[in-house]
Amino acid sequence: MSDNATFRRRGRWLTGGSVLLLCAWVLGPIYLLFLNSFSSPSAVTGFPKHWLPSFNLDSLQFFIEFQGVASALWNSIQVATLTMVLSIVLGAPAGYALSRFEFRGKSLFRIMVLMTRAFPLPLLALPLAVMYIRVGLDDTPLGLALVHTTLALPFAVLITFSLFSGIPVELEEAAWTMGCTRAQAFRKVVLPLVMPGITASAIFAFVISWNEVFAASVLTVQHRTLTAFLLTSLDVSPLPLKFAGGFVLVLPALIFIFLVRKYLFAMWGIANR
Amino acid sequence: MAEIVIKGVAKTFGAFTALHSVDLTVADREFVVLLGASGCGKTTLLRIIAGLESASGGEVWIGGRRVDHLPPRQRGIAMVFQNYAVFPHLTVFENIAFGLRMQNLPMAEITRRVERTAELMHIEQLLKRYSGQLSGGQRQRVAVARALAMEPSVILMDEPLSNLDALLRLEMRAELKGILAESQTTTIYVTHDQVEAMSLADRIAVMQGGHILQAAEPIEVYRNPAARFVGAFIGNPPMNFLPANRGAGGWEVAGLPVLGPESGEALEFAVRPEDLRPAAKGLPAHVKIVEPLGPHLLVTCDVAGHGFRAILESDTSVRTGDLLHLAPLEGRARWFDLATGHSVPV
Amino acid sequence: MPSRGLPYLLLLPATVFLAVFFLYPFTQIAWEAFSGPGGVTLSHFATMVNYWKFPAALENTLLLAVAVVPLQTAMALAMAVLVSKLEKGRDLILYIFTIPLGISDLAAGLIWFAIFQQTGFLNSALHALGVVHTPVIWLGYQSKWVIFLAVMLAEIWRATAIMLVIIVAGMGLIPKEYGEAAEVFGAGPWQRFRRVTLPLLRPSLQTALILRTILAFEVFAEVAALGGTNLPVLMGETFHWQFDLQDGHTAAAFAIVILAISIGFTLLYLRLLRVPKGAGI
Repeated sequence: MSDNATFRRRGRWLTGGSVLLLCAWVLGPIYLLFLNSFSSPSAVTGFPKHWLPSFNLDSLQFFIEFQGVASALWNSIQVATLTMVLSIVLGAPAGYALSRFEFRGKSLFRIMVLMTRAFPLPLLALPLAVMYIRVGLDDTPLGLALVHTTLALPFAVLITFSLFSGIPVELEEAAWTMGCTRAQAFRKVVLPLVMPGITASAIFAFVISWNEVFAASVLTVQHRTLTAFLLTSLDVSPLPLKFAGGFVLVLPALIFIFLVRKYLFAMWGIANR
Repeated sequence: MAEIVIKGVAKTFGAFTALHSVDLTVADREFVVLLGASGCGKTTLLRIIAGLESASGGEVWIGGRRVDHLPPRQRGIAMVFQNYAVFPHLTVFENIAFGLRMQNLPMAEITRRVERTAELMHIEQLLKRYSGQLSGGQRQRVAVARALAMEPSVILMDEPLSNLDALLRLEMRAELKGILAESQTTTIYVTHDQVEAMSLADRIAVMQGGHILQAAEPIEVYRNPAARFVGAFIGNPPMNFLPANRGAGGWEVAGLPVLGPESGEALEFAVRPEDLRPAAKGLPAHVKIVEPLGPHLLVTCDVAGHGFRAILESDTSVRTGDLLHLAPLEGRARWFDLATGHSVPV
Repeated sequence: MPSRGLPYLLLLPATVFLAVFFLYPFTQIAWEAFSGPGGVTLSHFATMVNYWKFPAALENTLLLAVAVVPLQTAMALAMAVLVSKLEKGRDLILYIFTIPLGISDLAAGLIWFAIFQQTGFLNSALHALGVVHTPVIWLGYQSKWVIFLAVMLAEIWRATAIMLVIIVAGMGLIPKEYGEAAEVFGAGPWQRFRRVTLPLLRPSLQTALILRTILAFEVFAEVAALGGTNLPVLMGETFHWQFDLQDGHTAAAFAIVILAISIGFTLLYLRLLRVPKGAGI
């Protein structure tokens, strides 16, 4: 009995220790980036490094004022916002249809959506670059957002599918018997209930676009997004610019993941099916 | 005035036939229970009447109006769902007011009706709560109040009590009976619980395999089942069945001559366990199990190789292994055609 | 309420979109890769294979995937089990573990560059410990294996979270009773994991592996940030041919190779980890 107790206590220590170690592994590198971003440019290029931040904003200021950064930020926001809107507007109706109806071709559509996961989607940028020049979408936020939407749309479909499936059909049916049309029942009963989840999947779409590098670098020339700007200037940009840029790239993603944390697991649980 | 007429309503799901051309007329203010095991088509029929499901054929009339091509909102019905379907994002007040708002009633009228039905269902102190803060029984009350508040010409109920625990179900059953009787609304009520059906219904429609086997007053369904299935399904313990042979002088059951119908080739003899009494010239029954249940004694026997149950006075002295002679009470034996399952009059 | 046309109407926008921006472009990639002035040709593939960096790019990409994915799978499983053992602070730990999910591969590359670059934190730490006196050049062109290791670390650091999330979600779907039943029948913790959790986790594991492996073949920005052009990978060369050399045909040939490997591995996983009909949860 006491052996068992020691065994269990030892197990708890082991668990706790491993968890702490893993937290350090995840958070440590982010801290180092943070350290670099809040140090003066001379400290960033200097050696050896200090392990505590000096809260010097010169590096970040240098980055923000650097030629092309402000517009790159603006482009990233535009593209990510467009991606977010497109993937929800296109994906949510499909998710609703999958959750509520049995119809011929349903499995075909699901296969098409799931198939997108077996393809390296950023490669789509190659043929689209040619197509865009023909239709005048080259080097535009919308053109890039369309590619990012192929990345985000499958998630939007599967996530909204799971959200709608979580709302009992009876709630809608009850609304129908109480005088609602299909559209009214959707607006008054389903929409309020799925709104938080829809918001989470919209944020997720935003992050997918915000972080994407390859397609962004292929499809933009003058109107670079932040990732494309940072990638194509890797060879020439000074260290403080790189690290401050990395920090600005990471920060919104951290906030967004925090906002959607509740939905992350539910979303992926269904995406398995 | 809301008579419901169902004419030849059928429903197929692919190759599966859920309803075979069902006919049923529910009189104005009548309380009809659709009773049957799961998968018998009772819920499908209810959903077709509500307009939640479309029939493959047939007509549905409510209050003299053909409604089978109308959406649910235009049928003048209200429905109570098995899992209550209380809107989780709205308060109890707003749940009850939902249908009234859809009718664009003035606020004063809405408040009056919500308060009246809430009082009727004893939930007036819950009006500000959300569904997540309610117990199952309270949700059930909200669901009923929500239907009543609409003052519909027809109320449809889909197993409304089946998610409650036994004691609460008993209490709600009695309460529902009182409230619905007072509201004088035509009601169709779906359940698989025969006791519920017996206690609530003006008329019970027993369903099996997509057919209505019998639609009659509860006591008629119990005493004179129109089909073997009805007799076997209603009553706990169920009816006893024994094969009958046509002997030289008439029908014989377990080797005993019994007075039976004139017609018929192959018949089954049936009797309810409580309609049996020990008698000198009865069916020879070997006692297998004796269960004293308090008010009476449940005796499981073997009659000519068939299981056979009898309910006897609690002071009868019977033991396992005894040989009893059991005879049906006067006029209580029933006969069914072995091939069709239909009852055969004596 | 009957509504035969509605589901198709609702699916139409997404279907049209995927047809135009997913199915059509992939036929275009194939067309680009196989078409020349005189019709169908393999000359672009010949150009690609004869390109001096191609063997190294193929080798590095495959090696990275082989080195990273199994480690990540093991780590994600271990992390998921650890989290399930926690009595308090579960949500916080899960949030911390999933943070890298929101971090782009470029940012991850930059973060690990801050560690490995010459005046970076690795050298600073070694200096403080007295191991080195002058900063070592870790990411130079002669030290391909250090770059490889740095990319590996960055990949493991960033992309384990996605597997973790899928696996944690999958574990959430497994009823506790199965583990308890196994315990009653005398299975120890390891046996319970090995004989109950792992088999029931197969569908999640399959998704996680497919997703992660395909992403591993797309490795690009981390390599660019950490190694520049010193560690060629397929995706990087695709970008190089498309962008710097303006040769869409050869870039498409690279894309076809990446595509072929991805589909090949997907089919492999589907086959290896398939769940017999009726054996799911």
